[in-house]
Amino acid sequence: MVTGDVKLIGSWASVFVMRARIALNLKSISYEFLQETFGSKSELLLKSNPVHKKMPVLIHADKPVCESNIIVQYIDEAWSSYGTSILPSLPYDRAIARFWAAYIDDKWFIALRSILTAQGEEEKKEAIAEVEERTEHLEKAFIECSNGKPFFNGDHIGFLDIALGSFLGWWRVVELDANHKLLDETKTPSLFKWAERFCNDPAVKPLMPDTANLAEFARKLFPKPQP
Amino acid sequence: MADEVSLLDYWPSMFGMRTKMALAEKGVAYEYVETDPWVKTPLLIEMNPIHKKIPVLIHKGKPICESLIQLEYIDEVWSGTYPMLPSDPYQKAQARFWADFIDKKFYDPSWKVWGTKGEDQVAAKKELLEHFKTLETELGDKTYYGGEVFGFVDIALMGYYSWFKAMEKFGEFSIETEFPKLNEWTKRCLKRESVVKAIADSDKIIEYAYALRKKFGAE
Repeated sequence: MVTGDVKLIGSWASVFVMRARIALNLKSISYEFLQETFGSKSELLLKSNPVHKKMPVLIHADKPVCESNIIVQYIDEAWSSYGTSILPSLPYDRAIARFWAAYIDDKWFIALRSILTAQGEEEKKEAIAEVEERTEHLEKAFIECSNGKPFFNGDHIGFLDIALGSFLGWWRVVELDANHKLLDETKTPSLFKWAERFCNDPAVKPLMPDTANLAEFARKLFPKPQP
Repeated sequence: MADEVSLLDYWPSMFGMRTKMALAEKGVAYEYVETDPWVKTPLLIEMNPIHKKIPVLIHKGKPICESLIQLEYIDEVWSGTYPMLPSDPYQKAQARFWADFIDKKFYDPSWKVWGTKGEDQVAAKKELLEHFKTLETELGDKTYYGGEVFGFVDIALMGYYSWFKAMEKFGEFSIETEFPKLNEWTKRCLKRESVVKAIADSDKIIEYAYALRKKFGAE
């Protein structure tokens, strides 16, 4: 097992970095975590991801892999005999998992973030309504994908669990900011229970950031206009 | 069996063209169902309730949405012939990265260059040319983006081929002059039957672009 060979460029606060770290944990891969400094981009990051200049970047045997969902799939394939399978085994189930992962990034996350960037109460209310509607789609997706099991991927955490679950820290921060429940036990009961199971998984627990620390970081990233 | 596979698609869609190319490369027979995405038919809503968009690939009654996801699905189900993705995990990750780049970065300015006017159009043209340059550099001296094999990234980008002339016309640039390697690559791809049968007539696309410009208020 060439474990000395794996580096990950990232930040403790990044959802996308967390995805890669959870995947590495699921496969029990040791790696060197290269924490980026907030507000600047390291030489190594710029060199390893010249196209997007973003984290996470997984560097395996000096070869960089970029984009969180692509990294997670890479980890599953490069270390396919280690730990549990991250992607489902059937092509149709894999297509469904990829569909919802794309929905989470392209639609759901954009709506969540727009709560933080909303100008005024009206815009905030609209953003909240959008998140609620999209979260209900994810509740239905969970029921279909999990098929009665604890996770989207079945008995164990998988690709789609990681794609959505990595947001849980920020989900809580945005809830506090909006002063409104965004993961509601009565509206989306399956997701609510899934969230607790996900956070308690040994591959996830050490990585989930403290809500207070993240909220403070959020204030730096999304400064509120002064009254 | 053709009755096992259907494709809901619309003739000008660059995304539908990708799926058609992939099905043809794999020799999969299918029923083509022309579906205007501006008219939300009950079938479209049933098969793609979340986005209500085409293309939708339907296999044994089950829908698969999003063209790149369809390509991976087709590659995995009909795995015995013509692999579109490399088997090596690193090479596969690279292929996925470039297909993702095309949809995440290239797509937006590629339609804004004909679909908008004024400052928006100028900005779109600048961005589009930057992305074409990135794609030209990535291709380099390779025969295809997949190396020696016409693969996933080639299909992802050739889906846009029918729209290149419209981009050139409204963006006032020439792919042949400014991106010669990419230009040569398109010619190699156009030798493939799967590509020729999937693409739409570039002049009809320009007509369609004009109609959409009016619809978007850019004309």
